[in-house]
Amino acid sequence: MASQAPVFQVRHHFENAEQQKDASTVGMWLFLVTEIMFFGGLFLAYFVYRQWYPEAFASASGKTNLLIGAFNTTVLICSSLTMALAVHYAQLGKKNLIVLFLILTLLLGGAFLGVKAYEYHDKWVHHEVPGANFECEGCVDPGHTSLFFALYFGMTGLHATHMIVGAVILLYLIWQAKKGAYTAKWFTPVEMFGLYWHFVDIVWIFLFPLLYLIDRTKTGFGI
Amino acid sequence: MGATNFQIFPEAASTIATSVDGLYAYLVIVSAFFSLLVAFLVVFFAVKYRKKDDTIPKPADEHSIGGMILEITWSVIPLGLSMVMFAWGASIYFTESRPPADSLEIFVTGKQWMWKIQHNEGAREINELHIPVNQDIRLTLTSEDVIHDFFVPAFRTKTDVLPGKYTTEWFRPTKIGEYHIFCAEYCGTKHSGMIGTVYVMNQQDYNDWLATGSGEGSMAEQGQALFNQLGCGNCHASQINKENGRCPNLNGLFGTTVDLKDGSRVRADEAYIRESILYPQAKIVAGFDDIMPTFKGLLTEDGLLKVVEYVKSLGPKNGTQTSVPPAPVMTSATEQQAPAQARPAARPAAPGNR
Amino acid sequence: MTTATAAPPQTERKTYLNSAHGVKSWLLTSDHKRIAVLYMISVLVFFILGGLFAVLIRLELATPAGDLVESNTYNKFFTMHGVLMVFFVLIPAVPATLGNFMIPMMVGAKDLAFPKINLLSWYIYVVAGLFVLTSLMMGGVDTGWTFYTPFSTSYSNGYVIVTGLGIFISGFSSILTGLNFIVTIHRMRAPGLTWFRLPLFVWANYATSLVQILGTPVVAVTLFLVVLERGLHIGFFDPAYGGDPVLFQHMFWFYSHPAVYIMILPPMGAVTEIVSTFSSKKPFGYTFIAFSSVAIAVFGFIVWGHHLFVASQSIYAGMVFSILSYIVGIPSAIKVFNWTGTMYKASVRLETPMLYALGFIGLFTVGGLTGLFLASTGMNVHLTDTYFVVAHFHYVMVGGAIMGTTGGMFYWWPKMFGRMYNQAWSKAGAILIFFGFNFTFFPQFILGYMGMPRRYHAYPPEWALLNSLSSAGATVLGLGYAIAIGCLLVSLLKPVTETADNPWGATTLEWKTQSPPTTENFEVTPVVTEEAYTYSSEEVVHVG
Repeated sequence: MASQAPVFQVRHHFENAEQQKDASTVGMWLFLVTEIMFFGGLFLAYFVYRQWYPEAFASASGKTNLLIGAFNTTVLICSSLTMALAVHYAQLGKKNLIVLFLILTLLLGGAFLGVKAYEYHDKWVHHEVPGANFECEGCVDPGHTSLFFALYFGMTGLHATHMIVGAVILLYLIWQAKKGAYTAKWFTPVEMFGLYWHFVDIVWIFLFPLLYLIDRTKTGFGI
Repeated sequence: MGATNFQIFPEAASTIATSVDGLYAYLVIVSAFFSLLVAFLVVFFAVKYRKKDDTIPKPADEHSIGGMILEITWSVIPLGLSMVMFAWGASIYFTESRPPADSLEIFVTGKQWMWKIQHNEGAREINELHIPVNQDIRLTLTSEDVIHDFFVPAFRTKTDVLPGKYTTEWFRPTKIGEYHIFCAEYCGTKHSGMIGTVYVMNQQDYNDWLATGSGEGSMAEQGQALFNQLGCGNCHASQINKENGRCPNLNGLFGTTVDLKDGSRVRADEAYIRESILYPQAKIVAGFDDIMPTFKGLLTEDGLLKVVEYVKSLGPKNGTQTSVPPAPVMTSATEQQAPAQARPAARPAAPGNR
Repeated sequence: MTTATAAPPQTERKTYLNSAHGVKSWLLTSDHKRIAVLYMISVLVFFILGGLFAVLIRLELATPAGDLVESNTYNKFFTMHGVLMVFFVLIPAVPATLGNFMIPMMVGAKDLAFPKINLLSWYIYVVAGLFVLTSLMMGGVDTGWTFYTPFSTSYSNGYVIVTGLGIFISGFSSILTGLNFIVTIHRMRAPGLTWFRLPLFVWANYATSLVQILGTPVVAVTLFLVVLERGLHIGFFDPAYGGDPVLFQHMFWFYSHPAVYIMILPPMGAVTEIVSTFSSKKPFGYTFIAFSSVAIAVFGFIVWGHHLFVASQSIYAGMVFSILSYIVGIPSAIKVFNWTGTMYKASVRLETPMLYALGFIGLFTVGGLTGLFLASTGMNVHLTDTYFVVAHFHYVMVGGAIMGTTGGMFYWWPKMFGRMYNQAWSKAGAILIFFGFNFTFFPQFILGYMGMPRRYHAYPPEWALLNSLSSAGATVLGLGYAIAIGCLLVSLLKPVTETADNPWGATTLEWKTQSPPTTENFEVTPVVTEEAYTYSSEEVVHVG
């Protein structure tokens, strides 16, 4: 069975392929709305605390590494490009290109995660992880800086978790694509996953300025 | 066994209690009316229009004028009645949030599972609140641990008591007597044991009671002692300030508006004073550097209240400050804490990660 | 004159119940009807467990002294009662059971849009339940179902992380159910079935689904932060680490207030169906009822601050939340009047489901009206955190939601299982529940105004009489539920095809299928040509 291309069939409860595709699309968009609300809670906490403790937040945000953050942003945007190309070639039914761009997306996502792991380790070493040994060296209003870091880890951690889940799904898609499951006639999983991946990218586009850019020149820690 | 004093209404012992009871009566009447109306109609229709034969009743015309009028009527009338509930309640709520300017101030610290009450003149009590009748009383409350709530049903008021913040509750007792105090925000094991009694007394009895209070001096006096012991005077004592102007002058500060370094303005109230002591870098005054160290962990909530009262006593008078003698009075060591005990990890019941 | 199409007893009809046998065919099913049955079993288990905790609570409170159990144990009783009832009974009670079963048929479809996700939602629910049961067996949690910080993050000695994770997981079950319903209702309606021909039960569940997908993720992330804080002492909500405990309350209630509309809207939908069927009349003000469901869902999202009137929230915010809380009550009032209007000049039959529906109308009205007391800021200051609130929410949640759910069960039971229950016993159960309920909870309004705070293990002796009345009522209520549930379960002992396909003479599409339905529901997708709720005399059936 592994050597044969799977044959696309409309599920029994749908009238036709169009209804099935339609349902999948609406479903995925709804799911992304729930994800917005999920991240939204953290964004709310971030805005509230930044409003109350601007000095602490400005000071703590200087501890993030701007170059690394910018690099990661670029990597992620490129991975959205490769994902969009994967969907494009799925529309054209070009099996090898689908596989190629899915693999590139996976590699870029992996690069992002690797860099993130390095950042986390760096923070751990400098005692910037909230908890018993927390210390924000040279920070203003130290009593409240742990809030910034808590939100930093919470928001980027949740984002990274979503990327890891995405990476696992990418592995599955690559496997299926190699088998020839996705043709111009049916490539819904690739398209739906593309929506998810773009969403994860957009979340990062918001996180980057909030955590790395805002008020960093006020900190005195330099770039 | 309590059968002889079976009540369904608590005593109304404050000025606001009678307003609240009036609103309650309105709410009960409106609710009773509509509940009975609906119950009656439903039962009446079930009987009058019970199935008699197989004839299918004619459905109401969905878009008839009569139908629309009914829908609008039974939306607008409830809305109107509700707006009365809103406005009446709002008026009571506003009154409750504005303590009169010359209220007698009393300080309450809640902790698991007791109420510690401090009178300005120095008297202290636990789980009891002695107050004079027919006087405006304003409580300033804070918690040392979790959220509590100071509830006096006879006065019809309550407020949550929060850690890290001051909340306010005021009332004007109108009847001499004893009334329940309850903690009304679940706070752990002995939540239902965190109760007490308010003793409303006539003015003379209250003065007598006050006179038997703590010999440690007023809140402000004790606060001044802490102020000196912790070295606040090294910067803030007005003599030194005149010489080098390193830090904001505290004389006449309380109640004024302060310009901050980032351009915003803030009112110098109790919360501001408290925050400046614990998190001095959160709001830096314009024209000064952030050189003030934090005193977090060096003062208990009780101690903080006292220092705040001392700073208040230096401010523009609003009628209730006691004058403070220059000589410091020794205060008990319990107001200060050794820094090592400040970390919350030293709480009695360390939960562990589960 | 019956139109029963019961097959002769010897030949067993093919239904979704006998289409496949064995545990695996149930645990790996993708049939929405079987999944609904799986949910019914698990929700019932949690209902009984939550009810047992209620019994223990009322037993302790029958006397003023805290002498039955220790304070810590009592605190765990009311916490577990709340957690189980809110997250594992009330939230899934109608959507995951009756909704799952009926909605595809009501829209003329063969299944929901995503059948496998439907099954996944049940497994998520079960895993979540196992987390909570595990925490219970390890010793339970004592924070109250509201998990206020910093008590829950830094002071509680209970198993907060395990329970919190359980609730976090259960949220995803709710989200997936809502997502499935929205897609199904939007994209899988039969030809001719326009929005305004849909049964009002569908409208109610649609509005509910909107709340589920938008609100639940917020409580998920909030509980996630509580778990992080408790594990790592990070400081989101604990002032000792720089955080704000009131921020927790805002985030928690942002979901938990709309959550109560998740709990009440679907039973309201069931009540609409029942009142209409047993009046043989289209619901009065169909459009108003439909839009009122959506209005409740939307406005329900902007009233959460009424839980924070005494929590140091700004008084101006209090004003806004107070007005909005009154506005959100108006659509519910509209429904109550419309149900009453449906019975006007109707042909009313007081079958068991109708008794539940009428009980709902009475009790929900009282519960809703007492909500108006709490929406008034000045009144709220006195009444909040007292037994008045406890009475209010039990009137709407038990007198309302649970009665509506039970009524729905009795209404759709013959459709789901092809059996009819004993009429006399079922009516007795309904009446006992109604009276037992009032007996239990009405005294609590009085206790609340007197000043008895909530979550109190022991109380002053002058309140002993009212409390023992309440506990006595709880016995009657418990007995009523035992009879009602027993009635339904006993009916399953009879063979299938004991009753007609449409014993009530209802008009919605699900009743046009076989009872119990086949796996496919409809052999051919129906085409809808009539307006909703078009009753005709041929369909009126006499139930024995």
